[in-house]
Amino acid sequence: MIDILLYALLAGLMVAAVCGPLGALVTWQRMAYYGDTLAHSALLGLAVGLVLQANLQYSVLFTCLFIAVVLFTLQWWRNIALDSLLGILSHSSLALGLVCLSFIDNQGLDLNAFLFGDLLAILREDLLNLAIICALVLGLLWRYWSALVAVCAHAELAEIEGLPVQRLRLLLMLMVAATVAVAMKIVGVLLITAMLIIPASAAARVARSPEQASLLAALIGAIAVCGGLAGAWYWDTPAGPSIVLSAGALFVLGQLAPGYRRN
Amino acid sequence: MTETALLRLDKISLKHQQQSLLSNISLSLSAKQIMTIIGPNGAGKSTLIKVALGLTKADSGTIYRRPGLRIGYMPQRLSLNPLMPLSVSRFLAMAKSNTTQIEAALARTGIQHLRNRPLHDISGGETQRVLLSRALLSSPDLFVLDEPAQGVDISGQTELYELINALRDDLGCAVLMVSHDLHWVMAQTDTVICLNQHICCHGHPEQVSSDPEYLALFGRRHAEAVALYQHDHDHQHDIHGDVVCEHKHHD
Repeated sequence: MIDILLYALLAGLMVAAVCGPLGALVTWQRMAYYGDTLAHSALLGLAVGLVLQANLQYSVLFTCLFIAVVLFTLQWWRNIALDSLLGILSHSSLALGLVCLSFIDNQGLDLNAFLFGDLLAILREDLLNLAIICALVLGLLWRYWSALVAVCAHAELAEIEGLPVQRLRLLLMLMVAATVAVAMKIVGVLLITAMLIIPASAAARVARSPEQASLLAALIGAIAVCGGLAGAWYWDTPAGPSIVLSAGALFVLGQLAPGYRRN
Repeated sequence: MTETALLRLDKISLKHQQQSLLSNISLSLSAKQIMTIIGPNGAGKSTLIKVALGLTKADSGTIYRRPGLRIGYMPQRLSLNPLMPLSVSRFLAMAKSNTTQIEAALARTGIQHLRNRPLHDISGGETQRVLLSRALLSSPDLFVLDEPAQGVDISGQTELYELINALRDDLGCAVLMVSHDLHWVMAQTDTVICLNQHICCHGHPEQVSSDPEYLALFGRRHAEAVALYQHDHDHQHDIHGDVVCEHKHHD
């Protein structure tokens, strides 16, 4: 029994560690809607995996990465406002995923687990896959951190100063896609973006530098995971939503703290 | 002339959804030359700057930048995400520079006291100086400034223009800039380009200020400040600023 809790805690902490810095970049780049679109396409990946009878984790991962590349190329499509386009894609892919899943006769599939996460069903091999992806994303973030921050601050200046802005943006999208794909098990398709956005937004108020903001966001995410798991353990609440709710509570608390900026 | 050019644009055109943003623009900037682009809102001034910098791709035409050309770019404004905590010195460090260089740049623009302040908390004029400092850090051969005095009060504008002048003299660099300050343009600029999608007229400030195209764009009020004489128009603009009669463009 304690195994379940330990695996859940480890998985949650790993996701929080990645979502801290990555979420900070996502909020600075105003990419929240991209995160949603990627998350919703994860469900499509699940349907694809079931149809092809492939490994579900890989099919979700590769679908998310594929959608990330598609989204990246869409920024040059000027016929429709980008936010509307993302909204259409996001909800169409969610709907398509749900419709496809309804056609597939699979008794063992618990749709709720994918929509809202099922942290307490994490297995040892899930943990290993999660660790690999998290380590990879954290390594990439470490390597390209200052360049990514420069692009968030002012993309044109970064480009003039010689940074490959478009490639860095693609890298960011792919990292979000990979994180969304592995975090789906933890908080579910509908709540993943919250793990990226809420801790980062809570941290932004008090942090004094981009680095502080990302570390603080990871810490806030970790506290939220602990809080959510405690709720799930003691009061039998659903773990994913509880984690997001704790993060939301921390955000509200953060607004009471003295901010870095005066205005 | 062509060999010494830092930057040369040749017959640049750019359209966005059937609408022409830039049409047949040619210009050449040599070392230490100060070139100013003037024109009404929506004339494509910023677009032209971005094409010259390579930030936006033109539909047709060619751009030459001298190999190894170091550009210091000062964008129109800094639209920093409100959730991004960033101090002035951290922002300047993004230009791959060390503390000594940053301190020197801050001293040069007179904002050393702001080094640890959040970028969100400083005034419009101070923000422009921060952007200017960052442009300095690339030790540029060419300064590209897009409306440097935007959001700065009148007295601050004069100071800022004086600072830009002093920096140009120190660095000995060329300047390509967009400005609305016609007094500064007329007094300090070698070449003025009057833009309204196409180049309406260009040349020395005195020449340009007496050009009927310039008068048509900026009105008589501004023209009163400079000598004025009448000569034949080679084309006219309709109310949308479109050219009514075709004519041969300057190159």
